[in-house]
Amino acid sequence: MKLRTMGKWAGLSIAALVLMFMLMPFAASRADAAGLIDTAIEKFLADSFTDTDAAVADVVASGAQQSAAILDALAERRLLFSATGKSVSYTDAAGKVFDARSGLPIPAVPADAQIVRVNNRLRGTIAAAIGTLTLLSPDPVKRLSAADSVFKSRDAASLPALEAAMAAEKLPNVKRAFAAARASVLLASPDADRAQQVAAVGTLAERGDQDAMALLRGVASSAIAPEVKQAAELAMSAVERKLRITNVVQNVYYGLSLGSVLLLAAIGLAITFGVMGVINMAHGEMVMLGAYTTFEVQELFRAYAPGWFGWSLPVAIPLAFLVAALVGIVIERGIIRFLYGRPLETLLATWGVSLILQQAVRTIFGSSNREVGAPSYMSGAFEIYGLAITYGRMWIIVFTLILFLGLLAMLKLTPLGLQMRAVTQNRRMAGSMGIRTNWIDAMTFALGSGIAGIAGVALSQIDNVSPNLGQSYIIDSFMVVVFGGVGNLWGTLVSAFTLGIANKLLEPYAGAVLGKIFILVALILFVQKRPRGLFALKGRAVEA
Amino acid sequence: MILSSLIRQGGSVHEIAARWFVIVLLAAIVLVPVLHLMVPEGSALHLPTYAVALLGKYICFAILAVALDLVWGYCGILSLGHGAFFALGGYAMGMYLMRQIGTRGVYANPILPDFMVFLNYKELPWFWHGFHSFPFAFFMILFVPGLLALVFGWLAFRSRVTGVYLSIITQALTYALLLAFFRNDMGLGGNNGLTDFKDILGFTVQAPGTRAVLCMLSLATLLGSFLFAQRLVNSTFGKVLIAIRDTESRTRFLGYRVENYKLTAFVVSAMMAGLAGALYVPQVGIINPSEFAPANSIEAVIWVAVGGRGTLVGAAVGAVVVNFLKTWFTTGLLAPYWLFALGALFIFVTLALPKGIIGALLERFGEKSSGLKGASMPVAPVSKAAE
Repeated sequence: MKLRTMGKWAGLSIAALVLMFMLMPFAASRADAAGLIDTAIEKFLADSFTDTDAAVADVVASGAQQSAAILDALAERRLLFSATGKSVSYTDAAGKVFDARSGLPIPAVPADAQIVRVNNRLRGTIAAAIGTLTLLSPDPVKRLSAADSVFKSRDAASLPALEAAMAAEKLPNVKRAFAAARASVLLASPDADRAQQVAAVGTLAERGDQDAMALLRGVASSAIAPEVKQAAELAMSAVERKLRITNVVQNVYYGLSLGSVLLLAAIGLAITFGVMGVINMAHGEMVMLGAYTTFEVQELFRAYAPGWFGWSLPVAIPLAFLVAALVGIVIERGIIRFLYGRPLETLLATWGVSLILQQAVRTIFGSSNREVGAPSYMSGAFEIYGLAITYGRMWIIVFTLILFLGLLAMLKLTPLGLQMRAVTQNRRMAGSMGIRTNWIDAMTFALGSGIAGIAGVALSQIDNVSPNLGQSYIIDSFMVVVFGGVGNLWGTLVSAFTLGIANKLLEPYAGAVLGKIFILVALILFVQKRPRGLFALKGRAVEA
Repeated sequence: MILSSLIRQGGSVHEIAARWFVIVLLAAIVLVPVLHLMVPEGSALHLPTYAVALLGKYICFAILAVALDLVWGYCGILSLGHGAFFALGGYAMGMYLMRQIGTRGVYANPILPDFMVFLNYKELPWFWHGFHSFPFAFFMILFVPGLLALVFGWLAFRSRVTGVYLSIITQALTYALLLAFFRNDMGLGGNNGLTDFKDILGFTVQAPGTRAVLCMLSLATLLGSFLFAQRLVNSTFGKVLIAIRDTESRTRFLGYRVENYKLTAFVVSAMMAGLAGALYVPQVGIINPSEFAPANSIEAVIWVAVGGRGTLVGAAVGAVVVNFLKTWFTTGLLAPYWLFALGALFIFVTLALPKGIIGALLERFGEKSSGLKGASMPVAPVSKAAE
């Protein structure tokens, strides 16, 4: 950022500065650093623009830890000198006072302290110096952002500093960023060596992102030398190809992410609708209850244990399950059990339940969106092969798969799962074998509802937590289950990810809304072709 | 003469109920304009404007409910997308009304409606042509919902999509239309829909006389729809529909082309719903995409369920009663509790009154008068085949 704002006229001075800096051994010894800081302090004491200019160069060259702080202070008129005490001090943004020579805090500013004056010319020098310091910052993230700003500013003056930083760089990804920045600078300077420029084009092609593409386009249209031009054109087509693939991969990733959200919303329904055959229109409200449970848990954490905020989600998961499962049991025992075998009536009654739950939540929590925070591990993003991946989405995909496998294992491996499957396949026979079918019904419904509650925890991280949260998922969830095939968890998995990816791949061509309409229409047509879904159950179970 | 035939005694409870329904409707057709226009405003008998507007709205919903009862109550097709047909009819009427505005719009464009000028349309989209003429618009009011129902029903019934699956895809249908109509590119006013109507057939939409006539027309349409549906379900065709509702596969094995019967009922019902929507729009003065919301269609289903599915009279009564309750709840201190009440109504009706209010009453009186339990009841328990 700072490099970008630096004026052209500051170029010369930074070049001189960097030259000086390069004459110094790169890792200045403690003594050297102390010596240079001393000379810098002497020069600051003079408070003349020329001396201050030289002092800035000394501060950079010293490599002392407080260098950046001194330069920042100077630029913001927080650097003070005391003529009588022969000392220079600075305050930080919070107002704490430090000695410039040692970098250690001191109790107060000397009585006769005056501000070291700066003019516009000096400000340019300081900005450039800070930029150079950032290129050498011990923090790789800062180095990366410095490289990025050079890549964009394309200032020839930063080339020497850049090359020095590149030589010293150990981390491969930062080194690549430096190389790309250098290439960008080289291509921008008209007097650079042709061979170097061709090599620079190669470096950019390697970087291969949108920025590189834009740069190459500029080079291809403006380069004077034919070989550079040709190289740029070749590189452009390579980058374009790469970008196209990256784009598709990125969309597939977004699709996986959307698919995992669909799966989360639908997986509980796959149990209640798919396995039990109950049309639970209040399913979305179970998701909503889970999201509000997360909100409440986070409120408690904020109030009583703010330091443990990261644990709010792990704590919310079992609680959301319990809350939704309990509500599920009440619904099943209170309403649904009277309506088995009458799916259309169940649909209407559960719609009524959903209205009541929505209004209840609206009465208790208000109709506006509730703020659910993201713990540190859920926020931020990283980049891999040009793909931007946010932690939140990534963890949701992982979490969804774990939940899915857990549920599958529960149904296949536990006694309860076995009984659930038995009741689904043949209720009367299961009853004759001593299974309490009523109890299993309640448990199955509670399980489906509880899973929806857990989904609510995850969805609270990416969606608005409002009383309408469930409504926005209910149609999609039914679509996923119907498309996948009723009574088949694997079908639900495949269907959720297929719909998610198809939706995201359509989006660039058709737009978000039209894409969704296409998917809905395609689904309507699909149901005509295969009324029982992708993976239809076969055999007697279908008729039951 | 008609009246004397109406009040003659005898017949099954159903016939008696239908007769009384017709009498009430006929009376309303006469009374609404008289009480609204001729009785002076101060009088206790005067029907105020808002009451006429509300009644008109309820009656349109009642037509929709009768349409829905025809397919759900008599054919076992639980459509969760009937709101879509209603809204399509409404849009067709809205397009006619928009074209009637002419130069009186904010931008005073003689051809383009305001929203098109605002969105930089250069000319009228192709599907808007012809809507300046009422006969054409009237044709479209019936044609568009009918065509959609024909295509959708042909696909669905031919491949034997039934029960819950059908309900879910009808819901997807109305949801897809909701999304589509929200788009500005659709050329139908996007989010805001069509509004600011001025004239209908040369009469000012807001004028008391027009309102009374529209309300009368709605009542007459309800009467017509009811009599038509009544004839339909009492004919041989109707008996086959009931047979399909109760055991679809057996009807098929008996040699009936089930899908053709279902399709006919579905298309007729969709056209009725479209007509209801067309009458609704000039009375409320706006049509926007929210009419396609799946919740609206489900609410229509509950009117039918509350009144009593498979009774026709019940559907219409249910629509009026539920909407009256809704108005009563949402305009007072009880507003926050409306959804609680509606939700409880859903649960109560499905659990305690599976045949609805009118259905239960008819059954009671039917038992009393004939002694034969539900002998003349077309309401049969929904069999498992409906799944």
